[in-house]
Amino acid sequence: MSDIGYVRTEMLGQLPPPGNTVGIVGWMRSNLFSSVSNTILTLIAAAFVVNLLFSMIPWIFLGVWNADSLSHCREIFDAKYGDGREYACWAVVRDRWDQIIFGYSFGNLNEGLYWRPILGVLLIFVSITPILFPNTSRWLYVATFATLFLYPWLIWGGALAGPVTAALIFIAGYFAFRALAKAMLPSFALGATIVLLAVAFLYLQAPISSVIAAILPIELQPVASREISGFVLSITIGVVAIVVSLPIAILLALGRQSDLLIVNKLSTGFIEIIRGVPLITLIFVATVLLKYFLPSSFDLDPVLAVMILVTLFTAAYIAEVIRGGLAALSKGQKEAADSLGLNYWQAQRLIILPQALKISIPGIVSNFISVFKDTTLVSIVALNDPLGISDSIRSNSDWNGIVWELYGFIALVFWIFCFGMSRYSLYLERKLRTDHR
Amino acid sequence: MKKSVFFGALAFAGLAAGASSAATLDEIKERGKINCGVTEGTLGFSSRDAEGKHQGFDVEFCRALGAAIFDDPDAVEYVELSSKNRFTALSAGQADLLYRTTTWTFSRDVDLKTSFVGINYYDGQGFMVPKSLGVSSAKELEGATVCIETGTTTELNLSDFFRVNGMSYEPLPVGGTTEAKALFEEGACDVYTTDASALAGVRASLKDPSAFVILPEIVSKEPLGPTVRHGDNEWEDIVRWTQNALVAAEELGVTQANVAEMAKGGDNPEINRLLGAEGSLGEMLGLSPDWAVKAIAATGNYGEIFERNIGESTPIGLARGLNALWTEGGLQYSPPFR
Repeated sequence: MSDIGYVRTEMLGQLPPPGNTVGIVGWMRSNLFSSVSNTILTLIAAAFVVNLLFSMIPWIFLGVWNADSLSHCREIFDAKYGDGREYACWAVVRDRWDQIIFGYSFGNLNEGLYWRPILGVLLIFVSITPILFPNTSRWLYVATFATLFLYPWLIWGGALAGPVTAALIFIAGYFAFRALAKAMLPSFALGATIVLLAVAFLYLQAPISSVIAAILPIELQPVASREISGFVLSITIGVVAIVVSLPIAILLALGRQSDLLIVNKLSTGFIEIIRGVPLITLIFVATVLLKYFLPSSFDLDPVLAVMILVTLFTAAYIAEVIRGGLAALSKGQKEAADSLGLNYWQAQRLIILPQALKISIPGIVSNFISVFKDTTLVSIVALNDPLGISDSIRSNSDWNGIVWELYGFIALVFWIFCFGMSRYSLYLERKLRTDHR
Repeated sequence: MKKSVFFGALAFAGLAAGASSAATLDEIKERGKINCGVTEGTLGFSSRDAEGKHQGFDVEFCRALGAAIFDDPDAVEYVELSSKNRFTALSAGQADLLYRTTTWTFSRDVDLKTSFVGINYYDGQGFMVPKSLGVSSAKELEGATVCIETGTTTELNLSDFFRVNGMSYEPLPVGGTTEAKALFEEGACDVYTTDASALAGVRASLKDPSAFVILPEIVSKEPLGPTVRHGDNEWEDIVRWTQNALVAAEELGVTQANVAEMAKGGDNPEINRLLGAEGSLGEMLGLSPDWAVKAIAATGNYGEIFERNIGESTPIGLARGLNALWTEGGLQYSPPFR
């Protein structure tokens, strides 16, 4: 009876999965070599990548950083390697990086002015912190307000009195609005405030700023718009376009959804006209052709003209992205807001826009990234964006013939900025996610 | 009604454009600076050094004007213009003149309402070949493969040249200078053709320039010169005669080094008139009597400017060729100063 040969009394310990299904080998088996055709494709791709790296890595890492000119670089290659191959002549980046980043305005033309754009960009970072990260102190909005006036001063220079006066007039305008809003309808108060501000700028600015100039005799060396170049130019145009276009875009999107005929048609017309014309045409018209029609004494600043146009252009595109977000919300949200007795602006601000904007984040950020890169189009009107500067460096007989080193450096700097924006948008999406999964 | 508004706007635009072209010299004197239109960067003609300062062949002529008017060669604001916006910028008053490697053509002179007031560089299309090809004249290029930038006048000139000489060629179309250079250096084509001054620049940037030669034949006319707006003859005269003064200085042996000495007056009445020791040529232009002395002292004469920026001692290494003085077989010639 008792010849039960073998009975297991306890469970076997778990074995690890077979070696060829886990780890890097398993991953490669399932992803790279899962079938004959995949294997062939993998091998071809691998051969291509390895080949590319074999020529690129020595080119990049055996390059020369210390040289005076391209021909000097080549002498060094011949002496050092003597194999007749080309290596990167990074010396050009070492020699001219300050022109590419800071432009002619703050690069070595005006020795020792680096601090101005650097401080300006730091101010921008501080000022957008309260907008980007909702947990930080509300007091940082003071920095945001100050940056609006300080950044142009740091870039264009001149007397400190100018931006301080403008800021004071705006602060006064805010308190005037608060006082007026108690006495009349808010929309009338807004109109009255705008009129007051215009009057103040016309008649009060000069006397106030001369008083302030007497108290605060601080003056920065002025910089001509034409000299603003390099990444300072790209960042200035890009940041202005990004910051200013968003509110305009929201208004345009709401306008396009509006039942008011004129508002609706104006918004639609604006969006369709701007979107129907290439940005490069708009820039060309604004900086060159407008001069024909304006009196010659009216000097339209080329950088300002470009900023305004890029802003309007971005606003039209983002308006459509936001309209997509608005359309994705169910009608019930609006009806629920109505049933709570909220008026139009309250409903938009508290219920509709937070949800619509959240949906639109990826679209908005990808527009921001593309507008930042589009700032290189200003070279059409002979403003020196980083690419324009690279052309200009090449036209110097020392560096004539250098191509990839400069493009590579510029691409790297652009990539750092754009990658940063893209990461932030992912962070924001995760943070605002309210659905359950 | 609509039509009249339109015409009104047109008339206004015309008036504004007209107003901006009068009395350029007064505007410049009030501003204290000349707005000189230059290229964004053309090897040897206009570029920026590591300090961000402009330099080059065209830039020196702007400096000479600054010196002639203000006695300060740095009283020049350089307006960098692309080939697309240069004429609009000039007529809109953004620049007072162009020294921007601009070819003098009939339609630009007549139709675009600009005036060309001289030729500071006689350019033309040339050919570059590797030495190993063993060719010494463009007429021996029968059956050659030619790298040619598409959509340019050089493409048309090339086919004309080969047709006239009864030769055949194989075109290899390329998109731009950088691509052309790479293909040519690899040996994908036997011949690279473009304007001679640019050709010299490309040659200078090759790994081994001595392995390539530029053939002597020039197959097109590209006279480059200063350009001003139509209708301001006083300003036009200043630009024209400042450039002429530099050419005349070379002809008369006046150099940057000896101009101060020669300005004291000598036996040659032509030099005395040019340098203001005799006569009143400067006053006729509305400038000081020694305007030409200041210009020459700032930049040197035409030959010195040429040698310093694009001449044979520079990496660009252009020969004087057509740009030699008329007394030496070239075309540079100044009308008399009297």
